[in-house]
Amino acid sequence: MEKKIPVTIDGRELQALPGQTILDVAKENGIYIPTLCYHPLTTLVGACRVCVVEVEGARNLVASCAMPVSPGMIVRTDTEKVLEARRMIVELIWASGDHNCLMCESNGMCELQDLIYQMKIEKPRFEIQSPGYPVETTNTMIMRDLNKCVLCGRCIRACNEVQVNEVLDFQERGSRMKVGPAFDSDYSDSSCVFCGECVEACPTGAIINTQGRFAGRPWEIEKVRTTCTYCGVGCQLDLNIHDGKVVKVTTNRDYGTPNGGSLCIKGRFANDFIDHPDRLKTPLVRDKNGDLQEATWDDAISLIAKKLASIKKKHGSDSIAGLASARCTNEENYLFQKFMRAVIGTNNVDHCARL
Amino acid sequence: MTNSIEELEHADVILAIGTNTTENHPVIGAVVKRAVRQRNAKLIVIDPREIALTKYAALWLRQKPGTDVAVINGLMNVILSEGFEAKEYVAARTEGFEALKKVVEKYTPEYVETISGVPADQIRAAARMYATAHKSSIMYAMGITQHKTGTDNVKSLANLAMLCGKVGIESGGINPLRGQNNVQGACDMGCLPNVFTAYQQVANEDARTKFEKAWEVKLSPKPGLTIVEITNGAAKGDIRALWVMGENMMLSDPDLHHVEEALKKLDFLVVQDIFLTETGRYADVVLPVACFAEKDGTFTNTERRVQRIRKAVNAPGDAKTDWEIIAAVADKMKYPMNYAMAEAIWEEMRQVTPSYAGITYGRIETAGIQWPCPTTDHPGTRYLHKDRFTRGLGLFHAIEYIPPDELPDKEYPLCLTTGRVLYHYHTGTMTRRAKGTTERCPESLVEINPADAEKYAIHEGQMVRVTTRRGAVEAKATITPRSPEGTIFMNFHFHEVATNLLTNPVLDPVAKIPEYKVCAVRIEAA
Repeated sequence: MEKKIPVTIDGRELQALPGQTILDVAKENGIYIPTLCYHPLTTLVGACRVCVVEVEGARNLVASCAMPVSPGMIVRTDTEKVLEARRMIVELIWASGDHNCLMCESNGMCELQDLIYQMKIEKPRFEIQSPGYPVETTNTMIMRDLNKCVLCGRCIRACNEVQVNEVLDFQERGSRMKVGPAFDSDYSDSSCVFCGECVEACPTGAIINTQGRFAGRPWEIEKVRTTCTYCGVGCQLDLNIHDGKVVKVTTNRDYGTPNGGSLCIKGRFANDFIDHPDRLKTPLVRDKNGDLQEATWDDAISLIAKKLASIKKKHGSDSIAGLASARCTNEENYLFQKFMRAVIGTNNVDHCARL
Repeated sequence: MTNSIEELEHADVILAIGTNTTENHPVIGAVVKRAVRQRNAKLIVIDPREIALTKYAALWLRQKPGTDVAVINGLMNVILSEGFEAKEYVAARTEGFEALKKVVEKYTPEYVETISGVPADQIRAAARMYATAHKSSIMYAMGITQHKTGTDNVKSLANLAMLCGKVGIESGGINPLRGQNNVQGACDMGCLPNVFTAYQQVANEDARTKFEKAWEVKLSPKPGLTIVEITNGAAKGDIRALWVMGENMMLSDPDLHHVEEALKKLDFLVVQDIFLTETGRYADVVLPVACFAEKDGTFTNTERRVQRIRKAVNAPGDAKTDWEIIAAVADKMKYPMNYAMAEAIWEEMRQVTPSYAGITYGRIETAGIQWPCPTTDHPGTRYLHKDRFTRGLGLFHAIEYIPPDELPDKEYPLCLTTGRVLYHYHTGTMTRRAKGTTERCPESLVEINPADAEKYAIHEGQMVRVTTRRGAVEAKATITPRSPEGTIFMNFHFHEVATNLLTNPVLDPVAKIPEYKVCAVRIEAA
């Protein structure tokens, strides 16, 4: 057993594990500390200061997300000093951008909006000064509005540490500091591969999934967990449904392995084929002139049954073959080989495993 | 995969051979990159192309296409001559070692260099790195399997891993990265000509009797034909009817002229799919089906993990699920198949499938389970062959290098290798109808090395004609050192540049996989 470290948070005597931060211990024990730049899968940076707490004996307030606990540490998360500091930070962040929730896609799932609400801030004490960046709309998947960026760096760390695509970083300094690919280029002109990890990491509406823009409010959307239909990794994802349509894909880190909330461009952005007008909607049967014509299910199924039965009778079971599919479910593949073997009487069943 | 995806992140050495992981399995690519950048794992890439992973690699061995057996034998030669083999493991857990040793003896790094073009010193360095690390993991994909010697290539990797005692350990093993969402499941479910579910042989009387009892019907003991053999059978007139469920042979199979001829010759072709595919255009009956978002069921991923898919929206028009269609035809043919829902099929399947027997929908509601999972209280299996191989002892296969079937010559002086790109998937029926992926990759490009481009006077963006003994296609050229000199790369996602008009349909004699990774071509400005 590892040695436990005794700490006191808000008067509660708690046991922590070596290496845990104040935030970890507080979370584990149901003590709320707000965060913004904190991202559980990446390096701790303590950049935004929203999570500051008072530690007895420390000269200044400390960032709880980055401060490891030490034996006998006494922490207060709710003193006047702490609350005022947090409030000031959130007001400064609010005032430094164009946080207009009316037209923001993240309205209702914005961490900055939540903080402002929780802290009961009517309006910031400072004049709102939007940096006035143009909105990046040069691709159809990821939209960037840096006027809503709070410089938490979560997208940078997600890009570099979770996906290790090494595209995003901070650039410029001071009030001109911003996030982006090298040479301030658009995503589409950079080495970005559109995995969308930055979209998932962004706490505000600065980096959003364009496919979901104006396609339904968060509270109108139903999420259905499923498995990605592309490669064999089997990533878990949430199809976001609005009005009976898949409007976008999001992920959930809590689903765990195999993808832990990460996806690639195909899983996150290539699901609009579902609603494509080319989808087949009725059975087609070839007519006397050799053209495919719409048919009823009854006619199509009867024709298949009749043809297969007569070919089987005339040429034997092994004159019939079936190709199952690595794209279909286990249940469908099971049934397909059962059909070929039990109904047709042949083992001529294969699929594209080799291709 | 013998091991799990998450285990890769904790490997000390990852040997990636014949896998362009960041493009074909991007999320596993991220795991590998994290292992390198954050956990100081050493990555060895063995690949003719300068794939993105080479940027993260401690060693990159750039072999000539199709020389994998020689390179792997070379690695084993170094391991044996320098005494890095896992002697106790080999003695206790394997058989066939002496024969292997004998064959490997002549594959000195210098000899292998003459075959593969990989400098002898790199072979030595890679062998030492792989063999001396505690947890070494091998990943491979179609770059290993799509060869005339695909089976030999895989067996050689198994030899290497066993020789070093890396099978049956955490974060080790031999890990094929499977390319399609449910290719593992389709194999497990018995959609192969020689086996029922869970690889129970159709030729085995006990297995057959078991299924005859379960399905209440007499079954054929004769193994059937594989996909390419079915095409050949159709061309010869032996196969009269073909039912295709969600496959697009007219883009994915080798030598498409031959496939077309075969499909045309059939008396009856049924195709069910979500779109009217190139294959569907030859069908007598085309059936509209629900896609993954419109139905319930399960997929089994590359690490043997069974996971749910769930119906989120309704299928368009009259489209039905694939299983409803199969059941309807069976009913009509007087073999009733009554299932109220996908789960009912699952319940029947697991009664006859030992490795899946313990997996229920209830158990995988929030997290998938990896087979083998024989009972409902079994937690599933993270990695295979712990303490004991499935067959008992691990069997070494002594394998000689055999060159690819069709090598460049005077008339066709370059080598063509094919694969996928990040932005598209297989025959493109889905990704080419998706806006974002099409925006990123709107057309098929032929990747040509700058030296070859100069030699054939081809410039960036120019249309080129690529010709083999089987056909010709035209596409835009991109000049890039990603392709090695003497080799061009093409993807097979675009029907207007049907790369499989070019490929060589020669098959691996055991796995019947076509040699997509090597054939001889000629290029010229179009």
